[in-house]
Amino acid sequence: MSSLTVPGAEPLAGSTPGTDRGRPPLRRRIALIPTVTLLLGAIYCLLPVAWVVIAATKSGRELFSTFTFLPGTGFAGNVRDLNAYRDGVYWEWMGNSALYAGLGALLSTCVSAFSGYALATYRFRGREAIFNVLLAGVLMPPVILAVPQYLLLAKADLTDSYLSVLLPQILSPYGVYLARIYAAAAVPADVVEAGRMDGASEWRIFTRIALPMMIPGMVTVFLFQFVAIWNNFLLPYIMLSDDEKFPITLGLFTLLEQGANTPALYTLVITGAFLAVLPLVALFLVIQRFWSLDLLSGAVKS
Amino acid sequence: MKSTARRQSYGAKRAPYAFLIPATILFALFFALPIGYALWLSFRKVKVSGLGLGSGARKEVWAGLENYTDALTDSELLHGTLRVLGYGCIVVPVMLGLALLFALMLDSEKVRLAPFTRLAIFLPYAIPGVVAALLWGFLYLPDVSPFYFVLDRLGLPQPDLLDGGPLYLALSNIAVWGGTGFNMIVIYTSLRAIPAEVYEAAKLDGATPTQIALRIKIPMVAPSLVLTFFFSVIATLQMFNEPTTLKPLTNSVSTTWSPLMKVYRDAFGEGDLHSAAAQAVIIAVATLLLSFGFLRAANRRQKQEAAR
Repeated sequence: MSSLTVPGAEPLAGSTPGTDRGRPPLRRRIALIPTVTLLLGAIYCLLPVAWVVIAATKSGRELFSTFTFLPGTGFAGNVRDLNAYRDGVYWEWMGNSALYAGLGALLSTCVSAFSGYALATYRFRGREAIFNVLLAGVLMPPVILAVPQYLLLAKADLTDSYLSVLLPQILSPYGVYLARIYAAAAVPADVVEAGRMDGASEWRIFTRIALPMMIPGMVTVFLFQFVAIWNNFLLPYIMLSDDEKFPITLGLFTLLEQGANTPALYTLVITGAFLAVLPLVALFLVIQRFWSLDLLSGAVKS
Repeated sequence: MKSTARRQSYGAKRAPYAFLIPATILFALFFALPIGYALWLSFRKVKVSGLGLGSGARKEVWAGLENYTDALTDSELLHGTLRVLGYGCIVVPVMLGLALLFALMLDSEKVRLAPFTRLAIFLPYAIPGVVAALLWGFLYLPDVSPFYFVLDRLGLPQPDLLDGGPLYLALSNIAVWGGTGFNMIVIYTSLRAIPAEVYEAAKLDGATPTQIALRIKIPMVAPSLVLTFFFSVIATLQMFNEPTTLKPLTNSVSTTWSPLMKVYRDAFGEGDLHSAAAQAVIIAVATLLLSFGFLRAANRRQKQEAAR
């Protein structure tokens, strides 16, 4: 416990800072079994990523002839092929994913913040009922929702549009749940009450006092929703048919479908997968120090 | 508290409802309405009169429970359910076992490289399920896989990972790979929330790290184990992406491999919305029953422990 520092784990997590400092200095001995176990786990988790990084550098011929973990020479060519594929539709997919995930997560965070704040700080009739009904949404299998959602949006003539992928993903029951927990922990009731005494309107109290206190939690909700929407496959799979509106997950899938029987397309799929993983992994590495993972498990003290 | 409640102005009384308007509208449009519509469809069917030609030949009529009895006696749906259950019996214990193991190892003293390994194990969470299935799919293909390369060099038999029994392992591996890190973080976070004093007494009594892990740490993180178990079971029931992505690479994944794939096939492949809706409702009800039953059981246990 002592040698660990968790980036992003604020003192909220509960282990009181300073308790470790009182201990005598640790002997420089490595706990062998834990370290080796964790290393094996890390290797297992990095293996497919390492594979795609190396495979993306191979030309079509090298992919089948050279040892898997030997880098090839075809990366530039692969990227050129990918750029040329259907006039660069690949980059449209990336742009679409960024749009769906960025805008969707932003709207979702706003809705979650409103709802979470209301559910955490006010006492009103139907509070628990509303909360429970919203939460039940988590349990609904996505296909169960997506099929009738498609049919209803088809009646409104909205299928195969950006909105058909964006709108159903704005309300996130999990986001509301996190926002409620976080608001309850971060916004003290007497601060809200003090604002009221000063004659501030409820909206003003929310935007000027509560929201700034909720920002760290809302960053988590945003990132969580961003990843969830970026990774979503089913909804766009059902809603979209025009491949210029596809997000990257669906685009890669159609590429794989076409490429499965023509190994010549394998390099295209592999390079596409590699480039699709890059932005998320990069984002992930940058944000993981801000990302308060404690919140994900509801470990905030309330 | 009472006096504050009385002092609440008119605005403060209405405010929570105003803040909940966006969520309520979205819930009504994208959750409640679709569910209601699915229910409605599930009790209807298309009746074809004559040869099914002409405008009046296809009519939507009330079907009662017909779609439900059809779905419940459908052998394809049953087999899909059994396949998913078999898959779940592999995935859930392995994934949560590994997550717990890694979390305990991260939490142990004098462990090296912990920040690096923690990040590496969590990394698959950032990779879309479709891409994960695609990466592993290639690693399962004899032509490009390093495993087959090694097996070949060693002169060992080379099993087909995308067929029969190994297919379950292949699919399970994708889910375990993608889910272990997230669950590890959830468990690890609650491990770190245990105050250090709890261990001190045990250490003074001469307890070994293993004993501390088994007797103190695991019971104390039981609530997060329950939570992760719950979410893993739900995710298993809703399995769709991985088999769908592997389908282009093998003939052994049918279009009805998992229950949700069958719903999709019936709705969009066969155009039989009514039976697809009935199956969807059955899966949703099963999920809800399972969830509530499970939550109640978990609550009861917690209360029992608190009473002790």
